[in-house]
Amino acid sequence: VSRYFVLGGFLLLMGVFAVVLSKMGSGEYNPRNIPTEFIGKIAPEISVPDLFRPAETVRTSAMRGRVWLFNIWATWCPECWREHEYLMYLADIKGVAIVGLNWRDEEDKAKAMLHRLGNPFIQVGFDPDSRAAINWGVYGAPETFLINAEGRILVKHTGSMTPAVWDKKFKMHFDQGENTL
Amino acid sequence: MLSPFAVQAKVEVYEFSDPAMEADYKQLNSELRCLVCQNQNLADSNAELAQDMRKQVYEQLKKGSTREEIIDYMVTRYGDFVMYRPPFKATTLMLWLGPLFFFLIAGAVIMSFGRSQKKDHIDLTEQQKNKAHSFLDK
Repeated sequence: VSRYFVLGGFLLLMGVFAVVLSKMGSGEYNPRNIPTEFIGKIAPEISVPDLFRPAETVRTSAMRGRVWLFNIWATWCPECWREHEYLMYLADIKGVAIVGLNWRDEEDKAKAMLHRLGNPFIQVGFDPDSRAAINWGVYGAPETFLINAEGRILVKHTGSMTPAVWDKKFKMHFDQGENTL
Repeated sequence: MLSPFAVQAKVEVYEFSDPAMEADYKQLNSELRCLVCQNQNLADSNAELAQDMRKQVYEQLKKGSTREEIIDYMVTRYGDFVMYRPPFKATTLMLWLGPLFFFLIAGAVIMSFGRSQKKDHIDLTEQQKNKAHSFLDK
């Protein structure tokens, strides 16, 4: 009997191991993906200077009434360069409103990148000392949030924005939001 | 030559007029996790985000926030994960009790092994005993 008990225990542990491994394979349980407490909550207010017009302030509350994306990026972040073309597509072709937050970067480099690759943002906040980033629970770049017309955060994505990510996590909220506007 | 001082020099120094506030600052930095270098707390980390988070802690203390308010601020943004020592509650039950659970399983397995090994003598019939003896006596 105890032999079956041991075998059963072994199989159970094997099972747990296999489940965790397969989940990790599909991208879950990644210790780098810190769960956000933000989903469904009202987006935190930020007020940071505009990258191109430093006298003006970028405020998240100014976007009330629209469905929009909040994209945290920097020139030191390779994935940000990679996703840029798709952000351009979303902004220009799909008409998605994207507010950018240039995080812990240098002003000149940030401007140069947007001049070279195009500017998909309706506004870009400049946040060299993480003031706004910490307020949004940001811990890496790029990160992209989707905020609904009411000002609630519906989606947070860490890492590059790609067509697959857009279809899986963002598109449906956007369609719904458009219809309710 | 690299000296420990060279490393320490990278960490910014904040001035506190109130020693209690300074103690709070140090305690918060040891309790909050650096999110970039996950097995370090804010106090030990040289990562840039950690540096900015220390600055936030400092500024909020200066503004008169209490220790609890600052922890609350960080937890609503980064979740329980930001606590270097996670709170004991339903979602972290496995984290705290999991190791104990596995330890108990291991103990039970070892015990049952020991017992089954002790019982491992075989009852032979008279016929089998004779047969065994005949082999041994050869």
